[in-house]
Order: sequence, then C-alpha cells, then structure tokens
Amino acid sequence: MTIPMTESVPLQAYLVLAAVLFCTGVWGLINSRNAVRVLMSIELMLNGVNINLMAFSNYLDGQLIRGQVFTIFVITVAAAEAAVGLAILLSLYRNRETVDMERFNLLRW
Amino acid sequence: MTIASTTQQICFAVLSVTLVLGALGVVLLPNIVYSAFLLGGVFMSVAGLYLLLNASFVAAAQVLIYVGAVNVLILFAIMLVNKKETLAEIPGLALRRVLSGAVCIGLFLLLLRVAITTPWALPGPLPVGEEATARIGEHLFSDYLLPFELASVLLLMAMIGAIVLARRDVFNSDVITGEPADQGLIEKARTPLLLEKTR
Repeated sequence: MTIPMTESVPLQAYLVLAAVLFCTGVWGLINSRNAVRVLMSIELMLNGVNINLMAFSNYLDGQLIRGQVFTIFVITVAAAEAAVGLAILLSLYRNRETVDMERFNLLRW
Repeated sequence: MTIASTTQQICFAVLSVTLVLGALGVVLLPNIVYSAFLLGGVFMSVAGLYLLLNASFVAAAQVLIYVGAVNVLILFAIMLVNKKETLAEIPGLALRRVLSGAVCIGLFLLLLRVAITTPWALPGPLPVGEEATARIGEHLFSDYLLPFELASVLLLMAMIGAIVLARRDVFNSDVITGEPADQGLIEKARTPLLLEKTR
C-alpha cells in the first residue's frame, strides 16, 4: 500500500495517450458525414479530457483527488449531452430525411 | 491497487493500443454499427486505464454510464436513423481531409511538446488508493455540494428536453387555437415527400 507506484508508468505517457485520443476525436468531428459519428467523436474527445484529469489526479493530487470528482461531473454532463444530442438528431432526421452533415445547411451563409 | 511494476506497464501498453486502434476505427470505419461497438471497446479501455490510476469508483461509473447508457443510446439512434443513402459527392473533400488532418497533427504535436517539456511537480503526494471512493463522497457532500446538486438539475433538464425534442406531436387539439386537430392530417401536410415515396 505504501509502495510509490508513480514510477512504473510515467505521467507523460497518459498525457500523450489522451492527446492522441483528443486529436482523433477532433479529426472525426470535422470530417464525419454521418451525424451519429459526430456525436461519437465528441465522446472520444471527452474521454481524452477525462484521462488527463484522472492522470493529474493520481500523480499530482494524490491526497485530495479533485480530478476524480471533476471526471464524475464530466461524465454526468456527457450523458446529458448524448441524450439531448441524439434527440436533436432524431428531430433533424424526421424533418430532413437524412443524416448527412453536408445537408444540414439551413444556417449557412 | 498494488500490482507489480512490469504488470502495470504491460497493462498500460495493451490498453493504450486497444484505445488508439479503437478510436481510429470509430472515426475511419465506413460501417457505423462497427464504429458504435468499437466505441464501447474504447470506453472499456478507458475504464481499465482508470483502474490503473487507482480509481475504482470512476472506472465503475465509466462502465455503467458510458458503456451501459451512452453507447446503448447511440446504438438505438443508429437503429432509428439507419437508412441506406448514397452521400452526394462534395468537391474538395479529399483536400479538406488532408488539411484538417494536418491541423490535428499540429495540435497533437503542440500537446506533446507541452506534456514533455513542462516540469511537472513529480513525485506528488502519495495516492490514497482504495480510500478514493470515500474521499469522493466527502468531496461531493462538502466542497462540491453545489455542483453536485446542479448536476441533478442539469440531468432533469436534459431528460425533459430530450423527451420534448424527440417525441412526435400527439396533441388532439391545437395548442394555440384550441381547435381539434387530426394528427394524420398534420403529418401529411408536413411530409408530403415521404408519403409519395411510400406509395
């Protein structure tokens, strides 16, 4: 229990992994034609941020684990966002008969 | 959690490979159903990483909420909007992909530089380990009480909003004028194209 385990996997490894996940999510968010895949990319980005928070919480804030509390709040907001996002998607699909992001261009100038 | 150092490194390597490959699959695979199931795999790998980071409660919450709720919700959405459609060709799509890929790689290099060159204050305080769940409970009911209660209000708002957005109008009478309204007529007037297609 008292063995310091912070040396086996460095903090930077977690940060780099989170960066890879976040950038993959950004690329998918920009390039997806399917609206459901856009929502999935947003979930990827949120998970990347959560990994960052958890890594900092374990390595730099081991006693007051505030990063874990923040992660729980992020998970809560992500669940709410997914529910509302998919409801908006269903409403859009009902009105436009498509999930192609390129055809949701009502507000385009 | 007390695992040997080598075991921890092997677990981290396996989980990160699964995570990166799964994330690339989510973004790149043409079939969206495969993407949704791979997204479940990504969520499970992230939960494994949380276990490696001494956070069993958050790992359980991740599995329950992400895999159990969000992923299932996404699968339901795919079922509801799953229509085979040939996407129209967009001019300059390949160029757009390359440009956004370059931007994302630039962002990644920036994050990499920050992660490597910053002098982190390591080693920090000793992790609490198995007491983390009790610590989180103390936080949620003392200094994070207001966000905790606000989160419940947020969830209620999201629930009501999702119901209002996703349901069909089922009123027997017009909300504003109070006149009796036939739902079939309203839907016919709104979606003439759909009815022509089904005939």
